Amino acid sequence: MKNLILSTAVLALTGSMAMAESHSVVRLGTEGAYPPYNFINDAGEVDGFERELGDELCARAELTCEWVTNEWDSIIPNLVSGNYDAIIAGMSITDERKEVIDFSENYTQPDPSAFLAMGDVDVTTAVVAAQASTIQAAYVAGMEGATLLEFATPDETVAAVKNGEADAVLADKAFLLPIAESDAEVSIIGEDVLIGGGIGLGVRQSDTELRDKFTAAIQSMKADGTLNELIVKWLPDSATF
Amino acid sequence: MPPHPTRLVNFIFSYCTDPASLEGLQWLSCYLTTGKHMSMYYAFGTVLLLLAITAPVALAFGFGGASAARSHFAPLRWFGKAYIAIVRGIPDIAFFLFFVIALDQGFEFIRHKIKCPDWQEPVRQGNDFVICTAAKLPLGNAPQWVHESYGFALAVLTFAIVFGAFAANVLFGAMRAVPHGQLETAEAYGMSRRQTFWRILVPQMWVYALPGLSNLWMVLIKATPLLFLLGVEDIVYWARELGGSKQPQFTDYPHPDWRMWYFLALLVFYLAFTKVSEVVLDRIMARLTHGQATAAGEAQRKAAA
Repeated sequence: MKNLILSTAVLALTGSMAMAESHSVVRLGTEGAYPPYNFINDAGEVDGFERELGDELCARAELTCEWVTNEWDSIIPNLVSGNYDAIIAGMSITDERKEVIDFSENYTQPDPSAFLAMGDVDVTTAVVAAQASTIQAAYVAGMEGATLLEFATPDETVAAVKNGEADAVLADKAFLLPIAESDAEVSIIGEDVLIGGGIGLGVRQSDTELRDKFTAAIQSMKADGTLNELIVKWLPDSATF
Repeated sequence: MPPHPTRLVNFIFSYCTDPASLEGLQWLSCYLTTGKHMSMYYAFGTVLLLLAITAPVALAFGFGGASAARSHFAPLRWFGKAYIAIVRGIPDIAFFLFFVIALDQGFEFIRHKIKCPDWQEPVRQGNDFVICTAAKLPLGNAPQWVHESYGFALAVLTFAIVFGAFAANVLFGAMRAVPHGQLETAEAYGMSRRQTFWRILVPQMWVYALPGLSNLWMVLIKATPLLFLLGVEDIVYWARELGGSKQPQFTDYPHPDWRMWYFLALLVFYLAFTKVSEVVLDRIMARLTHGQATAAGEAQRKAAA
């Protein structure tokens, strides 16, 4: 055992002696399971609103970026321990998350969330599915009378409604709309809920340099209207800047 | 409406340019050869490779642990016993989540101390683990495959430590199961402790260890989905990802929730794999039993006679 650890360490030490410049490659962490924000396309690559946005932000900030996927549950711990440098995964800016990580300026307005169900359901007393550790899960937990049912992936929350495990699902409206359109069994019900402070890029609190670069790039995209174009293209129901 | 995704050319079948117009087997043949499916087939290889590397490494850890646990040198014995007791007692998932991050940060901290001796800032800044860029493991600018290989190596090491502890316990028991008369006879012939261990004990213990080790192997096969916790995309991840319902806006191959079919395929794979393992293990057992002073060895002798 000792030998193995030692030889691994030696390998790692001799592996590359070249000094790396600070952030010569910025690794962007995303979930890859939340269309239209981010998903894996047929070719097996990260695609969606945040893919186009992220590539453009990196071009403007003159950064070389690389895409990495990570499970939602451990997406913040892996950022903090340095496995990638930024989270770009439809993550709403909240005070709770701000205690652990920093956010760039928001690149979407506070986005409407919506309920999706089969038939008409009174969500105030229903069993409501939501993805774990999301603002929607926190919202349902705070609803009196409703029961929260948490799942690890967005896809499972919708599947739970379809197989009757839950009465409704609460998620970002942009995620639920395409599902309601292509599946006759389910539809958006009730009124939209406005929660969260818009979506931003998450970075380590010690990494203010990267945060400022991204914020500057987002501001320049807001100023010349390219961000609005992307929002209209991918998130048709969301407010523009 | 989000735009229709760019058409992705399938490199295997030329007729796959417009999947919406295809039906039946042709559609299926295109669907099953998308780049995303290729990633899943690749993941099968990853899992098999993990097993092929982990099994011998874990066995080596187990052998080391068992030998240490029965050592006559007290600190070594304590170490062996502590390893077996502690690692077996911790839930796998806790071990995988905590230990791997700790191991990774441990390596990085050592590199940090060596490569950046002038660094003044603290390594722990609130929640952040901050080390100099040159100490990153792998380096931040390394290509993705280096990151993946590093994750894979961490996975092998972690699996080996966990399963090594169980294997150590099995081997420890097997070493004690070898009839004591054999060891006494060896001593009477003037063999040293080391000679007795290597020439008498080790060759005979395997027959007692194999049933326990084969159990471990079966559990190890099924434990591979833990890989995803380490950021390695394994077959269960891909089955869930590919099987989930897909809307026509985001793919050329929309379909409802097909996870059942994907998991059925995994079931067949795992069953077939365990069946093959059983056949192989039975053969090894028959070979090890040959000439042994056990009931099965005796039966073998009588059948041959």
